[in-house]
Amino acid sequence: MDLQASLELALINLTSPPVLAFVLGLVAVALRTDLRLPDAVYQATSMYLLLAIGIKGGVALREASPGDIAWPLVATLVLGILIPVAAFGALRVLTPLGRIDRGAMAAHYGSTSLVTFTAAIVFLEASSIAFEGYVATLLTVLEIPGIVVGLLLARGLRGGGMGETLREVVFGRSVLLLVGGLVIGFLTGPVGYVRVEPFFGDLFTGVLTLFLLELGMLTGRQLSAVRQAGPGLVVFAIGFPLLAGAAGVVGGTLAGMEIGGAMVLGVLCASASYIAAPAAVRLALPEAKPSITLASSLGMTFPFNLIIGIPVYLLMAEVMGSWWGGS
Amino acid sequence: MSDFGSVTCLTIVAENVLEDRLLAVIEECGARGWTVSMAQGHGPSHHGVSGIEGGNVRVETLVTEDVAARIWAALESDFFPHYAVSAWAYDVRVARLARYS
Repeated sequence: MDLQASLELALINLTSPPVLAFVLGLVAVALRTDLRLPDAVYQATSMYLLLAIGIKGGVALREASPGDIAWPLVATLVLGILIPVAAFGALRVLTPLGRIDRGAMAAHYGSTSLVTFTAAIVFLEASSIAFEGYVATLLTVLEIPGIVVGLLLARGLRGGGMGETLREVVFGRSVLLLVGGLVIGFLTGPVGYVRVEPFFGDLFTGVLTLFLLELGMLTGRQLSAVRQAGPGLVVFAIGFPLLAGAAGVVGGTLAGMEIGGAMVLGVLCASASYIAAPAAVRLALPEAKPSITLASSLGMTFPFNLIIGIPVYLLMAEVMGSWWGGS
Repeated sequence: MSDFGSVTCLTIVAENVLEDRLLAVIEECGARGWTVSMAQGHGPSHHGVSGIEGGNVRVETLVTEDVAARIWAALESDFFPHYAVSAWAYDVRVARLARYS
C-alpha cells in the first residue's frame, strides 16, 4: 500500500461517525456540559454490541473449518499469556509503579477492548478490506487469560480469593454475552441471522456511535488523571500498544490469517480492557489504584488506538503480509 | 398496631462491582432481606471504577441491632480500607417486627 492510500484510510477512520462521536464526547466534557448517557442506556448499548458481535461471529464460525481457526486460536492464546508478562516487565522499567499496580495494568493490557475491536471491524468494512468472520471468537478467547495472568503476576500463586475473580471474569456479562452470541449465531446460521440482521447488523454502526459518545465523555473525565501520570506511564500507554499490536499482526500472519484478520488480531493485542478487567481487578486487587489503570487504558491507549492505531496496525499487516506472502 | 417496633435501617452505597460481595456478607451476618437500587453520586475518595461500570449500588436492609453491628464490623474490616463505600444507620419503626428479627 502506498503512502497516499494509507493516508486516505487514516482519513476514513478519522472522519467515521463513531470516531467523531468520541471526539464530541471529549468536547462535551471540556465544555462542562451536562450531557450524559443514562446508565440504563449505556448498559443496554454495551449488551447490544456484545451480543451483536457474538451472533455475527457465530454465523461466520459456522462457515469456518476447524483447520482454519486452529492456528489463529493458538496464536491468540499464546499472545494472551505473553502480552501481560511483557506489560508487567515494561512497566517495571518505565515507571515506579509497585507490583500490585503493575499486575493490575498487566491484567488490563493483557485483556482486550470490545469497542476498539468493533471500531476496527467497522473501519475494515468501510474500507472494503476482507477479514475472517471468526475474529469475534478470538476476541472472546483473549478476554480471559490476560486478566488471570495479570492477577497472578500481582499476587503470586498464594493469593486467595481467585475463585470469585474468575467467576466475575468467566461468568461476567461480557464473556457470557459474547459466548452466548457465538452459540446463537452458530446454531441459527445465515438463514436465522437474516431475520435479526436489520437490528443487529444495520443499526450496529449507529449504536456504536452512541456508545462512543459516552466513552468520549468517560475518557474526557480521565484526562485530569492523565495529566498527573508520569512520563513513563505516557510512554507505556502509547508505546506498548504499538509493540503488542505488532506482535498480534505477526502472530496473525504466521497463523495464516488474511491481512484484515491479522490487523484485527493486532488491534485485539494492542487494546486494553476497560469493561471486564476493571471490575475483576477491583475485586481481586483492592489495593491497586484504578485512577492509574483507567488513565492509561481509557485516557491514553484507547483514544490512541481509535484515532491513530487502527490504520497503523493495518499498515503493519500490509507490510507483514507482503513480506510473508512474498518470501 | 400490634407487632410494631424499632429496627436498624442500614444503608450502604458502594461501587456496583461490590454488589454480590456485599449481599453475601449481609446475608451471612443474619439479614433476612434487602433492597438494591442503582445510585449515582460523588464521594470524597472518588477512586472507584463506577463511572465505567455504570454507577453505584445502594443496598438497604432492615435488621436488628446485633445484625447491624456484625455487618458494620465486616464493612470496617473488608470494605472501608480499599473501596469507595459510604454507610449509615438509623432507627426506624416498622410494622410486623417479627419479619426482621
